[in-house]
Amino acid sequence: MNAIETSGLVKVFGDTRAVDGVDLTVPAGAVYGLLGPNGAGKTTTVRLLATLLRPDDGEARVFGRDVRTDPDSVRQLVSLTGQYASVDEDLTGTENLILLGRLLGHTRVHARNRAAQLLEAFGLTDAAAKQVKHYSGGMRRRLDIAASILNTPKLLFLDEPTTGLDPRSRNQVWDIIRAIVAHGTTVLLTTQYLDEADQLASRIAVIDHGKVIAEGTKGELKASVGVGSVHLRLRDADQRPQAQQVLKRALDADVLLDSDPVALTARLTVRAHEQAAEALAQLAREGITVDTFSLGQPSLDEVFLALTDKTDKTDKKEAAA
Amino acid sequence: MTVTKEPELLPAPKAEDLAAALLETERPNRPSALSASLTFGWRAVLKIKHVPEQLFDVTAFPIMMILMFTYLFGGALAGSPGEYIQYLLPGITVTSVVMITMYTGVAVNTDIEKGVFDRFRTLPIWRPAPMVGYILGDLLRYVLASTTIMIVGLILGFRPGGGFVGVVLGVAVLVAFSFAFSWIWTMFGLLLRSEKSVMGVSMLVLFPLTFLSNVYVDPATMPGWLQPFVNVNPISKLVAAVRSLMAGGFDTDAMLWTLGYGVVFTVVFGAWTMRLYNRK
Repeated sequence: MNAIETSGLVKVFGDTRAVDGVDLTVPAGAVYGLLGPNGAGKTTTVRLLATLLRPDDGEARVFGRDVRTDPDSVRQLVSLTGQYASVDEDLTGTENLILLGRLLGHTRVHARNRAAQLLEAFGLTDAAAKQVKHYSGGMRRRLDIAASILNTPKLLFLDEPTTGLDPRSRNQVWDIIRAIVAHGTTVLLTTQYLDEADQLASRIAVIDHGKVIAEGTKGELKASVGVGSVHLRLRDADQRPQAQQVLKRALDADVLLDSDPVALTARLTVRAHEQAAEALAQLAREGITVDTFSLGQPSLDEVFLALTDKTDKTDKKEAAA
Repeated sequence: MTVTKEPELLPAPKAEDLAAALLETERPNRPSALSASLTFGWRAVLKIKHVPEQLFDVTAFPIMMILMFTYLFGGALAGSPGEYIQYLLPGITVTSVVMITMYTGVAVNTDIEKGVFDRFRTLPIWRPAPMVGYILGDLLRYVLASTTIMIVGLILGFRPGGGFVGVVLGVAVLVAFSFAFSWIWTMFGLLLRSEKSVMGVSMLVLFPLTFLSNVYVDPATMPGWLQPFVNVNPISKLVAAVRSLMAGGFDTDAMLWTLGYGVVFTVVFGAWTMRLYNRK
C-alpha cells in the first residue's frame, strides 16, 4: 500500500491558492522529497496530510485512511516535526519526552525510561535537565525528532529539518533520518536544499506555485533536462566569452555562463564524451587555460532551476496574454 | 538568558542506541480523556515550577486589592474598615480569582504561535484535552489566590460565621465556577490574534462584570436602571452564593443561578472553543 495518495488536493487562503491541485503518490518505506522554493506550498501540503488543516477540495489518504473523514486514525500513524521546533521551550528535554510519552498512553515508568533511552541515543543526555529554550538549533532539532519517534510512526513528516543548522549538525540529522528509514518508517521530507533531497530521497516531487511541476526518481529528473552536462572553470575570467564560442561549436549545445565569473556549463542533449574531449583539446589550442573540467549528469540544482524557471516564464506569458 | 552556541562537545547520535530505540514497537492504548487532560495539567504545573515569578498575579495582586479597597472605602461605606471587610472579603476573593482566569486565554494564545501546538494537534488523543489541561493547571492558581486572600483577610479582622468549613465550601464553589468561566478565555485565546488583544478584551469583559455587581456595595444603593443588570450579573450570583456559605448559611437561589451559569458557560464556550481548535 502507498504511504500517501492525493488527488487534486486544494487549499485556499484568501486569494492565494497555496495548494492548487496536488497529485502525489508516495510509496511506503523510503524518503520522499518534496522540493520547492519558499512559499511553493510544501508546508501547506504537509499540514493537510498531517490533519492540521482541512483540504478545500480533492482527496488525500495516508495508508488508505482519508485525512478528511478519518483524521483520528491518520493521527495514530503519523508524527510531525515542524519547521519550528515542535517542542515546549519552557520544559526540559526529559519533561518534553515524558509529557508526549504519557499522551501516547505510556505508563509513568515506561515514559521515563523511554525518554532516557531516546535522549541517550540522540546524544542529549547532558542537556536532559535543561530547559529547551537554552538548547542550540541542532539540539532542538534532535529533541524534536526524538519526540516524533517515541512511538515509531509509520509515516514521519519532516518539514525542512535542517534549515538553519551548521553542516556538522546537518550531517548528524541526515544520519538520524537514514536510521529511521532503515527501520521501516516512511519519511516525507520537505526541503529547499537540493543536496539534501539528493542525499536522502529516492523519489522527488518538485512543487512550485502550489502545483507539482515534476516528479520521479533523482535519475529521471536529471535526465529530463538533458543527458548530462559539461562543467568548466577557467583560470582567467576574460577568456570566458571566447571559451563559450569554442564550446558551442565543438559540442553543438547551449552554453550557459554561471554566476561564478570563471565558470561555464554546457547542457548536452546527446551523449558526447568524444566531443567533450575534443572540445578540451580545442580550448588548449586557443590558449585558454582550464582549471577544472567535469562531465556528468546534471546536478539537481540545474534540474530545479530549469524547472522553476520554466513555470515563471509560463506565468509571465499568461500575464501578458 | 544566554544563547548557547552549538557546543563542540555535543556528542554525535549513537548509531547502536538509535537502532535499539527504533526497534521498540510497543504501542500502548491511547490514554483516557481524564489521563490526557491531567497530563496537560501537569505541563501547566511544570511551567509554574520553571517560572515561579508568574505567581505574582495570584499573590501580590489580590493582597493589593484587598488592602486598597478595605482602607479606601471601609470608612465611607461601612463606618470602619473592620466592619467593611466582613462584607467585602468574599466579594474581593471572587473578583481576584475571576480576574486571573483571563491568564488562561493568554497562555492559549502564546502557545498557538509555537510549533508545540501543532504536535499536540497531531496526537491521537481526546481533542479537548489540551484545553482542559490549561484550566486544570490554573485551578492551582485559583486555590493559591483564594488561600492568600483568606490569610490576609483573617489578619485584617475578617471573622467568617461559617468557620473553616464554610470558607472551604465557598472557595470550592468559586473554583468550580472559575473552571466553567475559563472557557470564555480559551475561546478568545484561539479567536484573537495576539496576546495583547486577549488582554484588552478580557479587561473589557471583566471590569463591568466585577464592578457592576454586589462585590463592593449593596445593589439597593444603586440607581434603578442599573439594578436589573447588577442583579442578573453572574458575578453577583456567585458572590451571593459564596458570601452565604462563608457566613454559615446557604442561599439556594444564588447557588442555583451560579450552577446554571456555570453549565451555560461550559457548554456554549466549551463547544465554541473546540470548534475553533479543530479549525485552527
